[in-house]
Amino acid sequence: MNELTNTRNNLMIDPSMNVWGWEIPVYLFLGGFVAGMMIISGYFLFKGRNKETNCSCFYLPLISFVLLSAGMFTLFLDLEHKLYFWRLYTTFKIASPMSWGAWILILIYPILFVNILLRPPGFLLKKIQRLNSISEKMNAHPYLVKNIGVISMLAGAVLGIYTGVLLSSLGARPLWNTSILWVLFLVSGLSSAAAFVHMIAKDVYERELLAKADNGFLTLEIFVIILMITGLLTSSEAHIQAAELILSGPFAASFWVFVVTVGIIIPLFIQLLAVNHKIKHTPIAPIMVIAGGLILRFVIVSAGQYSHWSHEFFK
Amino acid sequence: MARFGMVIDTKKCVGCMDCVVACKTENNVPEGFNRDWIVQEVIGKYPDLHMEIRSERCNHCDNPPCVSCCPTGASHVHDLGGVVLVNHKECISCKACLASCPYDARFIHPDGYADKCTLCIHRVEKGMNPACVDVCPTHCMYFGDLDDPNSEVSKLLKSRKHHTNIPAAGTKPQIFYLM
Repeated sequence: MNELTNTRNNLMIDPSMNVWGWEIPVYLFLGGFVAGMMIISGYFLFKGRNKETNCSCFYLPLISFVLLSAGMFTLFLDLEHKLYFWRLYTTFKIASPMSWGAWILILIYPILFVNILLRPPGFLLKKIQRLNSISEKMNAHPYLVKNIGVISMLAGAVLGIYTGVLLSSLGARPLWNTSILWVLFLVSGLSSAAAFVHMIAKDVYERELLAKADNGFLTLEIFVIILMITGLLTSSEAHIQAAELILSGPFAASFWVFVVTVGIIIPLFIQLLAVNHKIKHTPIAPIMVIAGGLILRFVIVSAGQYSHWSHEFFK
Repeated sequence: MARFGMVIDTKKCVGCMDCVVACKTENNVPEGFNRDWIVQEVIGKYPDLHMEIRSERCNHCDNPPCVSCCPTGASHVHDLGGVVLVNHKECISCKACLASCPYDARFIHPDGYADKCTLCIHRVEKGMNPACVDVCPTHCMYFGDLDDPNSEVSKLLKSRKHHTNIPAAGTKPQIFYLM
């Protein structure tokens, strides 16, 4: 027997930590989603698809801009000292992933803006007509466009990686404290973005390509999940207890039903049939992938806060 | 340079919670929150049971994850004795420090900043002990400089068996419990 009785009853801390509500999982999901879209859009630019009229690289940056702003807004909502948020930008703390993240988010905006300039949306052109000539000049230089694509891919990768490192650097929570978490979040972000572009792409080639790519990302995601669980199960007692939270504990049902089955296996099966021309492309599979990606963040954030070094807390 | 820490004799602690009340009074800790608390741990199998009562608080770790994860530098190590403190005016309350603490020692103050034990730094600066140490009716709590071999805390740690909380977390806590 090992029984703990604690007189502490602090709000958001006891009986188990719950300091981050819906805002952080949504922010992490939108960050990963935007990262995936930047990588896809950057890849198309690198491949010179900006010559195609319907290339998704023209509208993905604007969607990314809106979604990243929404993500930053949820982050702002999470702060208890909201009016002090600007303090993030008065310093840079090299050991703090959150400080890195704050500055990465700021660097992402100009990159998205340069991407938007390649083909500015109609409402912007009406207001600032000079944008048209800037866009023409940029598109006249294929190497410049390629370089913008490479920078977008790199920036997207950094953003996607950061969303995982933010949690995995918090050693007090054994479930998060795995160095493969950033891979999981990056692959999940890529699969959600590929599913989204697959769903909305006007170009048939892009739709086919991204359905195939998404199948690859989803397959990779399964392997990463297996590796993450294996890593936790072969680590310390606290990490084994943390893995059991999603294997058989209170978060197991939501993880296996919504994240793995609905978010990965079923859409993978549907999309495999679609790319092999057995059935038509359907938006159902991409919607399931995107929902699965969002629920993954909710499960990881909630279960991670529940995990603890002192395993009496699991009883 | 001094390295402040506490030694708590679990053989003397009766879990009366005077330290909890003293802390709340001294530091105006808001209702519903605690900077220190009592943990009672029972280990073993009947009839061979062992009970330990501990007065717990922020461990003022030598390797504090709450300081390294803070994006604004609000969480910092004070020059005096390596005490881990929070600058309320710099805290944006992102709650990363709460999530980074293996001891769950922090909470969000109703005024919107991360709060926790300060080892009563305002008293220590005047040469006094933290309020919890002075008020303890069984004299089970000792405060002092762990780097000074002649301090009471150093002598107790040399002469008695002791442990820290969750050493596996690697934070090097500076609150020691005599067994």
